[in-house]
Amino acid sequence: MQLSVWTYEGPPHVGAMRVATGMKGIHYLLHSPQGDTYADLLFTMIERRGQRPPVTYTTFQARDLGKDTSQLFQDAALDVVERFAPDALLVGASCTAELIQDDPAGLVEKMGLPIPVIPLELPSYQRKEHWGAAETFYQIVRTLADKTRTPSDPATRRPLANLLGPTALGFRHRDDIIEVTGLLAKLGVDVNVVAPLGACAADVARLGEADFNIVMYPETGDLAADYLKREFGQPIVRTVPIGVGATQDFIREIADLAQLDPAPLLAEGLSRLSWWSRSVDSNYLTGKRVFIFGDGTHAVAAARVAHEELGFKVVGLGCYNREYARDVRAAAKKYGVEPLITDDHLAVEQAIADAQPELVLGTQMERHIAKRLGMPCAVISSPVHVQDFPARFSPHMGFEGANVLFDDWVHPLVMGLEEHLLTMFSDDFEFNDGAGPSHLGPHAGQNAASDPAIKPANDTETVWSEDAERELKKIPFFVRGKARKNTENFAAEHGVTTIELATLYEAKAHYAR
Amino acid sequence: MNAPAVIDRQSEGDCAPVIKERGQREVFCGLTGIIWLHRKMQDAFFLVVGSRTCAHLLQSAAGVMIFAEPRFATAIMEERDLAGLADANEELDRIVDQLLARRPEIKSLFLVGSCPSEVIKLDLSKAAQRLGAKHAPHVRVLNYSGSGIETTFTEGEDACLASLVPEMPVLAAGAPANLVVVGSLPDIVEDQFRRLFAEMGIANVASLPERAVADLPGVGPNTCFLLAQPFLNETAHLLEKRGATRIDALFPFGVEGTSNWLHAAARAFAIDSDHVDRVLQPYQDRAHKALAHQRDRLAGKTIFFMPDSQLEIPLARFLANELGMVLTEVGTPYLHRTHLTQELAALPPGVQLSEGQDVDKQLDRVRAIRPDLTVCGLGLANPLEAEGLSTKWAIELVFSPIHGFDQAGDLAELFARPLRRRDVLRV
Repeated sequence: MQLSVWTYEGPPHVGAMRVATGMKGIHYLLHSPQGDTYADLLFTMIERRGQRPPVTYTTFQARDLGKDTSQLFQDAALDVVERFAPDALLVGASCTAELIQDDPAGLVEKMGLPIPVIPLELPSYQRKEHWGAAETFYQIVRTLADKTRTPSDPATRRPLANLLGPTALGFRHRDDIIEVTGLLAKLGVDVNVVAPLGACAADVARLGEADFNIVMYPETGDLAADYLKREFGQPIVRTVPIGVGATQDFIREIADLAQLDPAPLLAEGLSRLSWWSRSVDSNYLTGKRVFIFGDGTHAVAAARVAHEELGFKVVGLGCYNREYARDVRAAAKKYGVEPLITDDHLAVEQAIADAQPELVLGTQMERHIAKRLGMPCAVISSPVHVQDFPARFSPHMGFEGANVLFDDWVHPLVMGLEEHLLTMFSDDFEFNDGAGPSHLGPHAGQNAASDPAIKPANDTETVWSEDAERELKKIPFFVRGKARKNTENFAAEHGVTTIELATLYEAKAHYAR
Repeated sequence: MNAPAVIDRQSEGDCAPVIKERGQREVFCGLTGIIWLHRKMQDAFFLVVGSRTCAHLLQSAAGVMIFAEPRFATAIMEERDLAGLADANEELDRIVDQLLARRPEIKSLFLVGSCPSEVIKLDLSKAAQRLGAKHAPHVRVLNYSGSGIETTFTEGEDACLASLVPEMPVLAAGAPANLVVVGSLPDIVEDQFRRLFAEMGIANVASLPERAVADLPGVGPNTCFLLAQPFLNETAHLLEKRGATRIDALFPFGVEGTSNWLHAAARAFAIDSDHVDRVLQPYQDRAHKALAHQRDRLAGKTIFFMPDSQLEIPLARFLANELGMVLTEVGTPYLHRTHLTQELAALPPGVQLSEGQDVDKQLDRVRAIRPDLTVCGLGLANPLEAEGLSTKWAIELVFSPIHGFDQAGDLAELFARPLRRRDVLRV
């Protein structure tokens, strides 16, 4: 057993959901107990999707165990086919169903459904979310890719590539696709299929028509790309274009593969990062100590950008997914740091505390660790919360991605500097807590020294009874000021001189909106 | 899956037919109760024995709270724990030692069962006894199940409180009468009720749970208890087995519910009802005032409840009777008739009730009715909004202070806000 409060990755069936939800016309039938539907809200809330994930849960309960869970599963399969008419059906078990030893694959096979059925074996007690996504995508490609499809005559068209790996709930996947597609178009390469995100069964069927595959996210795309290489002989581009240098390498690698000239595109200087980083304002970034943690791919890419493109000093580098530990170890060696391969957030917290970096680049978890330790932080990898699925265009890949990285990483440092200055001047006559905003003049802050929340707002005769005052303090601080003001206004209007508990609630009722 | 069976309820003496369904349920499991229970019981720690899925659920449900050194965690079972049971017990002991060494301030530890631990029949009650003996007297070790195969959402609280009932001190037959308010309430609400009981003249009042597990109230033949929540079937049953008497009442939502709830307690303590009326009058008046603001917005609007917490029926009663909303279908994960007798009788006649869920079929009914407001979980809310249906996400009703007179306006506001927002947006 492993004691855990935070997990960097969900169980593997959540990875399978990320693939199914990213695709069109694919339905996932998950043998699972009541409650596993919680994962739906990752997609509807965090990624803010306006449709339910295409996942049906069998929802077995204790009373079903030992008798009709397999019947439940078969009935659910029939319902799914009738209601959603998917082009293909994924079937699998969640962690509990894995233990009760129904065989989803066998059960559905016997039914002879009129659509392709793709059984998923996702060992919940060994593997995790990314592996689940990679394996699911691989199984889909293996089943649906049409082996008779091959590239057409290269003389009649531009080179053609597949983009592999983006999924639902992927960190910046939506915008990375747009950015990479734009780069390829400028270079003279067309995109055949993007998968799994946005692809349907028919798209997967024609994967073989591309000249080569670009693995955008190795964690989710590698297994499928390897299969396509074996079966279709499609070469693989594995350079992940995060940062200016990596993007240039990416362009060169593809140009080489597709026999195109990369020079015009490279000469365009499409990233502002290079100039922003050279401008004198960035001088103070030199040698800033940065700690980097995330999934293997994003962590390694971030280390290169930090080291080569912003002039930071990498003082820590690690990942939570062991599958990509080798890449992280190699990179760590390059920067002369000890690699940290762990999915225990307490170990990460300890390493950060020991390294005492000036900037932390990590996941949502590192953001909170950094907050606790009072360090600036930017997010570079999943898991992330709702604010990292932004409305605005914000890729991490390509040249625009490099611009985004520069802003995202430098911004907390500037903020950190501001905060540091304010703390340094905290005893200064103008900057101390009680002084109040300077634009209000020299007397603005005279009353502010004690808790402003329980002091009368104006110079009326109103006083607060002890009870009412205590009650007021139970109201969250961010609305307490408003509650105080409303109550005092109410008291003034009604000629109440002592605010009792009742007055507080009278006012609350009066102002209820 | 199974076709809905409409049962004629006239023969059972209450108001409306009930659709009973089973199929896919879009609900939380009982583990979710930990999120609010650990805030209430300040000396307790909740250790889930489960899978990575359980840990992931807690983290998804707890949102940012997970980072404030929360008093809950998951012992994630791995491949080798499934190989043999003896090994799993040793592992659990090791984890508990590790945990208690890290958090020496913990006085009570709940071992919380999950689907995986139930299915492999890991005996957590035995483990609790073993660990309790080992860590006595500093730490009390208890256990209950919050698994999805056995509990839906708020039933996790029922299971947790039920595990506390055997721990309650014995009150002798000659002990003075005491009142226990059962169900975890936000502190501010609990304090309001305590003041009201004192004003009415009931002095000997305690709560289950109290803010410290160590302060469990006593129970005996002179104990009366009031349920503050409708989902406490097992807890009530165990209290009754220990000789306590349940006071039947509406649940304390809105003016009607709160008044009825307090009057019922007063009757049990033989307090003059005219006196109670005089005490409650000012509270009722201002709650009415607060509700008046919302009535214009909500009256005549149709509402559909999908099943979630078992709060649905009392809330529907409040919205219909005090705010004039029109009930379409009121779904509940389970319908405990005994505790809801008065609630069912107070519902407007002919309301369509449903128990259990087949979510796709229920969504078909929502789409056919197109209610003004649908109360549902977060997995369904945005998809329904995208279809042009206004929603109110149900979980907020469990986390927000909504009981009692002084929260009646806030409770109405929770339902009015989505409708107001729909009206103000011009994009």
